[in-house]
Amino acid sequence: MLRHTADRIPAVLRRPFVQRLSAIAVIAVIAIVIPAFFPSTYYYRVAALVFVFAIAAIGLNLLMGFAGQVSLGHAGFMGIGAYAVAIGPTHFNIPSWLSFLIGAALSAFVAFIVGRPILRLKGHYLAVATLGFGLLLAIVFVNEARLTGGPDGMLVPRPVLFGWSVRGTETWYWIAAISFVFGAALAANLIDSPTGRALRAIHDSEVAARVLGVDVAKQKLVIFIISAVYASVAGSYLAAFNGHITPDVSGFLRSIELVAMVVLGGIGSIAGSLVGAALLVMLPQVLTFLHDYEQMVLGLVVMGVMIFLRAGIVPSIAAALSRRRA
Amino acid sequence: MAEFVQFLFSGLTVGAVYALVALGFTLIYNASDVINFAQGEFVMLGGMTTVFLGLAGIPLPLAALLAVIFAMAVGLALHRFAIETARGANAVSLIMITIGASIFLRGAAQVFFDKQFHTLPAFFGSEPIRFVGAAILPQSLVVLAGAVVIVVLLWTFIDRTLLGKAVIATAVNRLAARLVGIDTRRIVGFSFAISAAIGAVAGILITPITLTNYDVGTLLALKGFAAAMLGGMGIAAGAVIGGLVLGLLEAFAAGYLSSQYKDAVAFLVILTVLFVMPQGLLGRAKVERV
Repeated sequence: MLRHTADRIPAVLRRPFVQRLSAIAVIAVIAIVIPAFFPSTYYYRVAALVFVFAIAAIGLNLLMGFAGQVSLGHAGFMGIGAYAVAIGPTHFNIPSWLSFLIGAALSAFVAFIVGRPILRLKGHYLAVATLGFGLLLAIVFVNEARLTGGPDGMLVPRPVLFGWSVRGTETWYWIAAISFVFGAALAANLIDSPTGRALRAIHDSEVAARVLGVDVAKQKLVIFIISAVYASVAGSYLAAFNGHITPDVSGFLRSIELVAMVVLGGIGSIAGSLVGAALLVMLPQVLTFLHDYEQMVLGLVVMGVMIFLRAGIVPSIAAALSRRRA
Repeated sequence: MAEFVQFLFSGLTVGAVYALVALGFTLIYNASDVINFAQGEFVMLGGMTTVFLGLAGIPLPLAALLAVIFAMAVGLALHRFAIETARGANAVSLIMITIGASIFLRGAAQVFFDKQFHTLPAFFGSEPIRFVGAAILPQSLVVLAGAVVIVVLLWTFIDRTLLGKAVIATAVNRLAARLVGIDTRRIVGFSFAISAAIGAVAGILITPITLTNYDVGTLLALKGFAAAMLGGMGIAAGAVIGGLVLGLLEAFAAGYLSSQYKDAVAFLVILTVLFVMPQGLLGRAKVERV
């Protein structure tokens, strides 16, 4: 599925580093200003969720947009991060912040172990392998009820940092927003690093990259590990923020949702990941007035975006704007 | 022995359904390179439409026929209004469209049918047949026979009719097919209709055993996709073998190891197979052209 994914590197990626960072600066300013317009904490809550999912989406976007690899099991890594901050403090008396780091390290380690064999696969075969991997994790979370509480899930203890108990929707909004901006800047940085250049070369032509001396397998593995850590961090935040976690966090539908965020927002566009996350987090909230028709409309929106804005929302609009200017 | 036969039959029954879903994936993929994640919804539509037409007083055989026709119409509509309009979009976008369609169909089923589980009466009663100590449901045999009939019909159609040959030509080389005067667009639409029909029939056959509700499609699409990949994408025989292997793996894993981890065992085997044979069981290694 991925050989045709984006035949060219998206225009956003060809822009120099400074310009990309300025896009992130704009997002940062918006994140700071926008709470002034929030009428209630409910808005903080939704916005915090948007940023949390956007973090996971950026990670997956690095993998899909820059390495040209799809993962239908990325929610599995979210699950690792989520259950780390739930299980660590509850069963092993490990403080939340340390559990958070352990979760990220564990995700990186798992990605390192499964990455090599999985990333040898191509296209649809890669898709089904990552899908199987995500399912395996979800099944473990459901069945190891002694640790995870089984299908009903478990409570997540409130994190305590330097004696300060992290609570309140507004606090979480700022944590998620700052983490997102930080993660986005890191991703933008990565694109211009030697790893990033190698990945872009792989995306254009794997054979050509190999001929030029790029260790394709190693670079793909590196990006897979990085994207797993992004997902794990997002999972930990989600768990700690909600205070409750169920195996759904790592389910197939969650993985599909992450892919949808990346694709709808625009593969290869960091701002796109935020837009995609915003769309898929907010839409169900906005559509609740439709009651039973919610799912139908959601399906139609997904189809409509893909039919009419094929490159994804952000790249399509950017292209339309630059055409008008020209 | 009795145990073994019991697991064998339950595995083959479920496997036959996976095989039919995988066959649907394969047909559409060959004609259009689209992985149709709404394939599972055809199975759901087949079962649910039959149930609800039956409740409305229509005799079941007629209800089943109408359900298959309805599913085909949905398949055609999916092709005409979504896939066709998005012509030229990349593979991931097309997959996203089919996922959107599957969300839409599931949502529509919630609204127009309901969220309850439903069943259909078994075609030949539910008195189990005793066979070397195992109890086999007559409906299991119906499912197996149905799957065999579908596979044979499909094979005959593809191998013996002009339209079938056009389907093969489209799968092999779309441009060349168009050059010899085949309306490939129509062939793709046709593939969607046939896939939908196969899915719907599978849904009707299996409903007396596994029940149906608006949500059964998701898992079936996932398993059918896995089965198609296990056998080797785009290979019809691979889809059938992949489906049966997946069903048997699940049944034996559930029987002999742990019913909770049956899916885990199945996917572990799939992962292992793909690591050893990255093109699936029947797939041939492709040489990438530079």
